[in-house]
Amino acid sequence: MMKIDFSGLDPSMLVKGNAEGLDDEILAAPSFKLPVTVDFDGFQKAAVQMVKPAKGTTTLAFIFKDGVMVAADSRASMGGYISSQSVKKIIEINPYMLGTMAGGAADCQFWHRNLGIKCRLHELANKRRISVAGASKLLANILYSYRGMGLSVGTMIAGWDEKGPGLYYVDSEGGRLKGTRFSVGSGSPYAYGVLDSGYRFDLSVEEAAELARRAIYHATFRDGASGGVASVYHVGPSGWKKLSGDDVGELHYSYYPVEPTTVEQEMADVPIA
Amino acid sequence: MESVFGLVGKDFAIVVADSSAVHSILVHKTNEDKIMVLDSHKLMGASGETGDRAQFTEYVQKNVALYQFRNGIPLTTAATANFTRGELATALRKNPYMVNIILAGYDKDVGPSLYFIDYIASLHKVDKAAFGYGSYFALSMMDRHYRRDMSVEEAIELVDKCIREIRSRLVVAPPNFLIKIVDKDGAREYGWRESIKDAPVAAA
Repeated sequence: MMKIDFSGLDPSMLVKGNAEGLDDEILAAPSFKLPVTVDFDGFQKAAVQMVKPAKGTTTLAFIFKDGVMVAADSRASMGGYISSQSVKKIIEINPYMLGTMAGGAADCQFWHRNLGIKCRLHELANKRRISVAGASKLLANILYSYRGMGLSVGTMIAGWDEKGPGLYYVDSEGGRLKGTRFSVGSGSPYAYGVLDSGYRFDLSVEEAAELARRAIYHATFRDGASGGVASVYHVGPSGWKKLSGDDVGELHYSYYPVEPTTVEQEMADVPIA
Repeated sequence: MESVFGLVGKDFAIVVADSSAVHSILVHKTNEDKIMVLDSHKLMGASGETGDRAQFTEYVQKNVALYQFRNGIPLTTAATANFTRGELATALRKNPYMVNIILAGYDKDVGPSLYFIDYIASLHKVDKAAFGYGSYFALSMMDRHYRRDMSVEEAIELVDKCIREIRSRLVVAPPNFLIKIVDKDGAREYGWRESIKDAPVAAA
């Protein structure tokens, strides 16, 4: 049992030479027991590390009645340093499919470009466009084959194919999920909150764009690794279209304008006698 | 942590899995199907790393189909279980698949059977099995109430008991579960046990 030794602080305690048995405990220097752990303060750091995903960004996408809405921030951070506020995190794979970037920028850009090539080859070989399910499966299989080698990709493939709007989440661990609402990145829990509470399937395009923009804004407000410009794209039956790109700082003041406060006592210049 | 469990009844086998797709503290999806239908009379419920789970169960499914194409007759459940275990074992010392599998099947001559295959490629033919944190609650529930000749209703009652126990006692209990059944009429979805419903999507 670890005990803090306070004998150095208490000079009045004398160690009796012939004390034995129970007397040792009673007459020993005052101390209290510490918990038996290897790293007492480390558990909190470990808990925080578990929650902090490695992907410093906020991206989101959701399916609604008029297609797929895709939105992302534009900040790139290296630890505490903001390396760029103008990163394009929504990647245009082809005119009717978009991919989002979270994780390693180079990994996402390269593999999305590669996916675009494979989709075009599919079109040429089969004389028809590839489905969103097919495209996302191609990417997922590639990422799965590189599993464990350090790729960091958390992406959503959004598009419109013969079956209508499609949305898949694909990551570098090889996971592939089909769904209607996803958010990826360190700011995603914040975005999920706003997105989940405001989501309805029958939103109009403007309402859905505003919901996406608002969710990204709230995530950039709370997450230090997200910021810059909130871009919003819409994927409809005739392909994708960029709807808006607003600086989140300006969005803040448009959502929460500064109220002019009444001044109780104005300080006036003392008139020069 | 994902919960999968299963049991064998009089002339059927049931596999139950939770349906949450989770990434650290985030739940991406609450209606993920983790029980793959391998062929007309086989179910494979899997839990483990997301990528491995989907890819490995699909690999087994395609190989089961390939055997049927090549040979004209379907694989037996026992053969499928041994094939699965062999693949896990071969990959184990190089590039292991982190998946735990409960394989259920119905063969005309043997009847229903259940196989427990874990990620280090051990294989056991069992009457009841469970994986994940939920197994701590499901296994003892099944041990207490299971009988070899249960009817479908009694088995579903037992499954519901297990799900209720997992929901009330596990700190990060998954909200939704999917139940699939396989019997002489084939492998099919039996039902969902949902406590969180996703926002409704209008039918296309």
